[in-house]
Amino acid sequence: MDLIKAVGNQQFILTRVDAVVNWARQSALWPMVFGLACCAIEMMATGASRFDWDRLGLIPRATPRQSDLMIVAGTVTHKMAIRVKRLYEQMSEPKYVISMGSCANNGGPYWQHGYHVVKGVDQVIPVDVYVPGCPPRPEALLYGIMALQDVIRERSLLDDPREDRTPRHVGVPSGTKVVSA
Amino acid sequence: MSLKAADIQARLEAKFPGKIVAAKLDAIDPFLVVDQSALLDMGRTLRDEPELAFDTLHCLSAVDYLKEDRIEIVYHLSSLKHRHWIVLKVFLPRVDPKIPSVEKIWPTANWHEREAYDLFGVTFVAHSDPRRIFLPEDWAGHPLRKDWVWPEEWHGIAVKPGKQFAQRASEGESLGIGPFD
Repeated sequence: MDLIKAVGNQQFILTRVDAVVNWARQSALWPMVFGLACCAIEMMATGASRFDWDRLGLIPRATPRQSDLMIVAGTVTHKMAIRVKRLYEQMSEPKYVISMGSCANNGGPYWQHGYHVVKGVDQVIPVDVYVPGCPPRPEALLYGIMALQDVIRERSLLDDPREDRTPRHVGVPSGTKVVSA
Repeated sequence: MSLKAADIQARLEAKFPGKIVAAKLDAIDPFLVVDQSALLDMGRTLRDEPELAFDTLHCLSAVDYLKEDRIEIVYHLSSLKHRHWIVLKVFLPRVDPKIPSVEKIWPTANWHEREAYDLFGVTFVAHSDPRRIFLPEDWAGHPLRKDWVWPEEWHGIAVKPGKQFAQRASEGESLGIGPFD
């Protein structure tokens, strides 16, 4: 109401549609419950009272139909990968993916001998933000969520959500060259 | 009253003469190597005889010895009643290994045998549910076999790990990161 008072009797605000829509999108990211391994414990801690991701508007949902965000928290096995892909396809646009932890990023400790682990969930679904760590602490995941909010703010309604994805790597200074495995 | 491994061996030897092929009683877990043909009868005796009363199968595992050209199935048995334990081993050929299922004696064996089938390709005759337990149904081969060959991909997802950065750098690729450049 203060803002409305500030513009006086006119009772309108000038802004861009992009800004309003992006503000709405970034403020109500509903993540799908997707704990696959020990990273899920840290994800639960992020949702619990000490770190409390409700502050950022995150409310975990149990179905892909109601979710905007998939936090892949843990080891993605080949058997699970096809489920990950199907659940991702069931989410409605716009949809975002955070790859949480070394396993989801690139296979982690299963890189060399883990015949059962997918060497990075980005082989299966597109990833917006990579959060490193084994597992990442809740602060790192919160940082990753805020990085995703940055990603959302920089997008335009005119962008094709399926293209123009420049993934963020949490903890890597901007301008650093990131080489894919 | 708990029995020593030598007593257990003597009792089995008396009932099944010649069926204990070898034994090592000074190991941390004393074990008896058993002829496959006597496995089921011996298992029932171990479970049902009141002074033996091996009511628990802790673990059924398989081991692949490539050089010795055999697969060993290892049964860790204990008696919670008498507090004694014994290990049985059965030697199988590496080509088409077959062994009777002990599921009817110790129900625990059901999943353990499925695991041994999944990862080592051992067939358990008369198993009630002889499917893979971990890997996808259409997985190629049994990956804990020492001579298992990694498939290139599974349903379009790469299975083999890529090259490590150090290796890529040593092959002349300019990565532009870290100590490799």
